Amino acid sequence: MNQTTVLRIERLCKTFGTHEVLRDVIFDLYKSDVVCLIGSSGSGKSTLLRCLNFLEDATSGSIFFWGEEVSRHQVNLAEYRAKVGMVFQNFNLFDHLNVMKNCTLAMQKVQKLGREEAEERARFYLNKVEMLPFINAKPHQLSGGQKQRVAIARALAMEPEVLLFDEPTSALDPQMVNEVLEVMRSLADEGMTMLIATHEMMFARDVSTRVIFLDEGRILEEGPPEEIFNCPKHERTREFLHGMRILS
Amino acid sequence: MTWSRYKSFYLIGARNTLVISFVSTLIGCVIGFAVGIVQAIPDDDSASKLKRIPLKVFKAILRGYVELFRGTPMIVQAVFIYYGMRMAFGIHMEMWTAAFIIVSINTGAYMAETVRGGILSIDRGQEEGSYALGMTYYQTMLYVILPQTFRNIIPQIGNNLIINIKDTSVLSVISITDLFFVHKSVSGSLYNYFESATIVMAIYLLMTLGASWLLRKLEKKIDGKKHYDLSTTDTLAHTSGLVRYERQSKE
Ligand SMILES: Nc1ncnc2c1ncn2[C@@H]1O[C@H](COP(=O)(O)OP(=O)(O)O)[C@@H](O)[C@H]1O
Ligand SMILES: [Mg+2]
Repeated sequence: MNQTTVLRIERLCKTFGTHEVLRDVIFDLYKSDVVCLIGSSGSGKSTLLRCLNFLEDATSGSIFFWGEEVSRHQVNLAEYRAKVGMVFQNFNLFDHLNVMKNCTLAMQKVQKLGREEAEERARFYLNKVEMLPFINAKPHQLSGGQKQRVAIARALAMEPEVLLFDEPTSALDPQMVNEVLEVMRSLADEGMTMLIATHEMMFARDVSTRVIFLDEGRILEEGPPEEIFNCPKHERTREFLHGMRILS
Repeated sequence: MTWSRYKSFYLIGARNTLVISFVSTLIGCVIGFAVGIVQAIPDDDSASKLKRIPLKVFKAILRGYVELFRGTPMIVQAVFIYYGMRMAFGIHMEMWTAAFIIVSINTGAYMAETVRGGILSIDRGQEEGSYALGMTYYQTMLYVILPQTFRNIIPQIGNNLIINIKDTSVLSVISITDLFFVHKSVSGSLYNYFESATIVMAIYLLMTLGASWLLRKLEKKIDGKKHYDLSTTDTLAHTSGLVRYERQSKE
């Protein structure tokens, strides 16, 4: 397996007031890695992803992107963020813009593409998530699954090198979960580097190259999915998987 | 009949009222957006103190402006600016200039709070979605937050316009020949208070109804179509291989 490190997280800590939400989180994300981040609600999955994108400032620790340290105050934060895409639980589409403009806005304003080139690229990725027919629709006219697929196309259109997913299917009705997971599965097949916080254990087991179990802000266990799901080392992991009905 | 004899006076009064209230509402909105946008800039506690203090001072000054003009009657402001400035500082302001300034600044004070509230009411998610794509704070404001804020506060803009149409009547204290001034002059010489008041009320009502109608049309225009068209031709073209995508694959 190719082991080029794309993102390296070193001793990341985050406290809100006196509440330690992330404690010494260390791991590497390799190229074409698909890492699923699992753990109970409140274990710090979202906070970790948000720190990686500087939507939240880590209290201490460092983040390296292709070996270079990134910080919130660097000049090319926008460039970094464009390369490290993020998909949110609640889609976070722009409500006033149609599907096409949702995708092209940042390409035009951040990457300074011309309108035509941006639209062509948007079409390519909207087609990929099967949302091309809906380019004229506004977000409120779409179902949850459709919104999330647009959000994924919007992130892909920036041609990122890493994609972060924060529980992308948790806000969806059950029958829409699969259409989104299918898209993510095909991205994984194409070799996209992804870090995915999820409660979809089947998906994590089938698709991920590695699974990280986060417990109270600490990485308690990390390994290939077979190992984590079949013979977890820690009691806490076992309890969590029991709760998820993975272990009986 | 009062109307047929004094029609042209009433119409001039109505025109003046309309011009002052429309123009001042427009300028007031610009002021309101400027002040509201500054008021909504978050205090970045990761920035240095030196950077934060000027913003804090500036915000405090703007806050003072908003409180001062919201908290005092426009009629008193009119007297203060028009006569007061002349007596205290010898500043001779043209009557019309004074009228536009007073109404604009007043509207600006109200709009500032409306705009600030409008900005804060857009859910944080869209802002974060925008940052995550690499957009800066200013790009996010300009292309994501403010267009939605504007759409959402159109009813408030309409409110202000209607209030201004009515409240310009206080400008008769500085002898602006607005609709109410015409009424006072006509009825003062003919003692036909009832007739004249009826005419003036009807004209005011017509103007305010017209203003509401106009703003509703604007809302509809911004909202666009209720339905979207599936772009079927596009789809066929793009999925049938009629259109080739040249995407350089990333190694
Ligand atoms: N902005 C915040 N302020 C204070 N506490 C927060 C904030 N965001 C998250 N937390 C706390 O951090 C913990 C981890 O939250 P989160 O990262 O959202 O967990 P998860 O995504 O795994 O459910 C929770 O206890 C939550 O209450
Ligand atoms: Mg979460």
